[in-house]
Amino acid sequence: MRIILHIWRQRNANDKGRMVRYEVPNVSEHMSFLEMLDVLNEDLISKNDDPVAFDHDCREGICGMCGCMVNGVAHGPLPGTTLCQLHMRHFKDGDELYLEPWRARAFPVVRDLIVDRTSFDRLIAAGGFISVATGSAPDGNAVLVPKEKAELSMDAAACIGCGACVAMCPNASASLFMGAKVAHLGLLPQGQPERDRRIVAMATQANRELFGSCTNIGECEAVCPKEIKLEVIARMNRDFLHASLIGR
Amino acid sequence: MPLDSKSPTGPIEMRWDRHRFNLKLVNPANKRKYTIIVVGTGLAGGSAAATLAELGYNVKCFCFQDSPRRAHSIAAQGGINAAKNYHNDGDSVYRLFYDTVKGGDFRARESNVYRLAQISLNIIDQCVAQGVPFAREYSGYLDNRSFGGAQVSRTFYARGQTGQQLLLGAYQALEHQIGRGQVEMFPRSEMLDLIVVDGRARGIVTRNLITGQVESHIADTVVLGTGGYGNVYYLSTNAKGCNATAIWRAHKRGALFANPCFTQIHPTCIPVSGEYQSKLTLMSESLRNDGRVWVPLGKGDKRTASQIPEAERDYFLERKYPSFGNLVPRDVASRNAKQVCDEGRGVGESGLAVYLDFRDAIQRLGKPVIKERYGNLFDMYERITGEDPYSAPMRIYPAIHYTMGGLWVDYNLMSNIPGLYVIGEANFSDHGANRLGASALMQGLADGYFVLPNTINDYLASTKLDKVDGSHAAVREAEAGVAAITKRLLAAKGTRSVDSYHRELGKIMWEDCGMSRNAQGLQQALAKIPALREQFWRDVKVLGDGEELNQSLEKAGRVADFFELAELMCLDALERNESCGGHFREEYQTPEGEAQRDDDRYSYGACWEFRGVGNRPELHKEPLTFDYVHPTQRSYK
Repeated sequence: MRIILHIWRQRNANDKGRMVRYEVPNVSEHMSFLEMLDVLNEDLISKNDDPVAFDHDCREGICGMCGCMVNGVAHGPLPGTTLCQLHMRHFKDGDELYLEPWRARAFPVVRDLIVDRTSFDRLIAAGGFISVATGSAPDGNAVLVPKEKAELSMDAAACIGCGACVAMCPNASASLFMGAKVAHLGLLPQGQPERDRRIVAMATQANRELFGSCTNIGECEAVCPKEIKLEVIARMNRDFLHASLIGR
Repeated sequence: MPLDSKSPTGPIEMRWDRHRFNLKLVNPANKRKYTIIVVGTGLAGGSAAATLAELGYNVKCFCFQDSPRRAHSIAAQGGINAAKNYHNDGDSVYRLFYDTVKGGDFRARESNVYRLAQISLNIIDQCVAQGVPFAREYSGYLDNRSFGGAQVSRTFYARGQTGQQLLLGAYQALEHQIGRGQVEMFPRSEMLDLIVVDGRARGIVTRNLITGQVESHIADTVVLGTGGYGNVYYLSTNAKGCNATAIWRAHKRGALFANPCFTQIHPTCIPVSGEYQSKLTLMSESLRNDGRVWVPLGKGDKRTASQIPEAERDYFLERKYPSFGNLVPRDVASRNAKQVCDEGRGVGESGLAVYLDFRDAIQRLGKPVIKERYGNLFDMYERITGEDPYSAPMRIYPAIHYTMGGLWVDYNLMSNIPGLYVIGEANFSDHGANRLGASALMQGLADGYFVLPNTINDYLASTKLDKVDGSHAAVREAEAGVAAITKRLLAAKGTRSVDSYHRELGKIMWEDCGMSRNAQGLQQALAKIPALREQFWRDVKVLGDGEELNQSLEKAGRVADFFELAELMCLDALERNESCGGHFREEYQTPEGEAQRDDDRYSYGACWEFRGVGNRPELHKEPLTFDYVHPTQRSYK
């Protein structure tokens, strides 16, 4: 099939950027979306045009490195799917697709479809961990975790940190990302001692990074490739309220 | 060159304890005077950087991705081994040690492997404390499963995302230290050379992948945790960015490269679908616990799976290996899949696939149980192939997955360059000629959390290091070398893209140095690779310039190194006139078609010393002795 692409081209952070139209004539339905971009890039190189820069690594939906807006939807039209796992069988001949980078003040564009997501790392550095020095842990079975809690914690821990939630949110809020970490750790007995401190530190950092506030729109949940639930935000808000009013 | 493994002697269960006691320590107040560079942020690098920082060292940590959380350890699915014997099924540290030495086909150091089995216990404890959400029983106790190559249930797991969860544990510990200011993190920075001053590793040269700026970083020691080199083959289960540049350029600075031909093929990957294929996706081998591998009995059978009656199916692993069945080690499962496909009994459009069938397991356990165990893997399969594995069997085929070879290290994980440590998949230790399932995560974390932080003190405490700064001749020389490579790649202005060369190299390697090898094929490859390498340098086309984000340039440097490494792999495979583990030489097999080792002549680690591009490297041998597990012909019948 033939696919028409309009891709955001921006040479560096200071460049203004613009949409450029390309055609990819022989797209196989078995190709992944990124393989289609590979084919486009090979073609561009053969014509001495600069290839499109895009982030990607594992190409199996787990590293969280890839992603862009496809016709205004983060990671494209298939629910619960990263861009690298989206296959061209979900498109049809003649489709026109508009590819843009994540847009948020906390994710400045680096080049073309690549953005800087180090603000996510700084959120984790602020409090998204359990402080346990190597070697000090008790036996693994000394801490019992009810299966239901372990499963819920795992649901939240599945977050891959891709940033689709922020990109899709009209407020560019990082609440789903933060909520996932707060729920992952807060649902486990090991995460209790730092529970209050964690949410306060992460929320403070989120403000510094210029992420917006959550207004319960739910676009984040709709595009999350790991289908993290909005419940994690409710849980985070509860923790925040508790920490602000009662915690120290 | 004397190769001192520093492997302790005495009773094996006492070796690590005694060795640790004999190592020198660094006073806590002095630790802050040292700077350690850690390159790579996977399970090995991430855990090492976090732990060294906790101890009080200043750490500078580097990764080429945008965040340390992306390292490819994240893609490991199945689990992590530990000899906890929580299931009372006969497991022990000794049994894990025994299984790993035997599984590695007697080409690993016993002392290292025993230490790995001992430390496996601490790893689980550490990860639980960090909040890794391992699978649990209803009672709240940790759940285990059995995994390829083992007859006990010693594998801990977090759904099909164990690697992700363990890596996030290490990443969070690392971010904690970054937040404290104890680690300085350099994402999107690629190591392009090792700085060696007076014979000691003292720093690295990096390229900032956003600005293109070449920078030098000086330290007291350098730790490489940069992963394996499976992407030599172009198509592999590795992430696209995985590369050998850090270890290869350290090799060119004098670090010995050991057993480069020991590569592992994973039996359960999604088959290739077309020329544009950019990578192969692994389906966790935990699937082999409940899935049954088969092909039609007859050649060229084009019926769909459901049309083929039971009597016309060949469950070839169960037939040939009744005691291990579908759970034989990876190399055995892979070769048998290749064999039935070579016989013309492969399935799917290409005929290069076998079935992995869950029909019987779904009948026995019900769909909900299968969904709980493998749900995300089934979803992933359906997303990629467009087929539903609950109703039709998966099609799988082997693919390059892991490299057991790597830079040579002694028992302290230090290479032959003093001050250069190599951890995780990047080194050659522990797995011998074949790695057992769920052991890579174990080794990465053992090295990073528990081994290196104990051994690195000894070097720092016993070595007097002169002050080095950016003006040192060795630093200048390394920087100039890096700049020259970039300039040369950009100046070629040839006709073919980097990827087209990489694909061609990968095809040569898969054909001639892949699942099975023979002398004739290897000699052919050794003629083709240098010719292609020379053409690459003349004719590669890299657009753009060096002072900006330039993904073609990044790839070009990595592929240039893959060419040189590929040649070494073929040479090593040709020199090793035996079959062992993942290295299957067709000339050396038993009458039943199993790998035939030659312990009299090849019971050694083959450690290669670089002698210039195009020149024959020099072989040094580290002889292997087995005091506990006596080499036998592996049998999984």
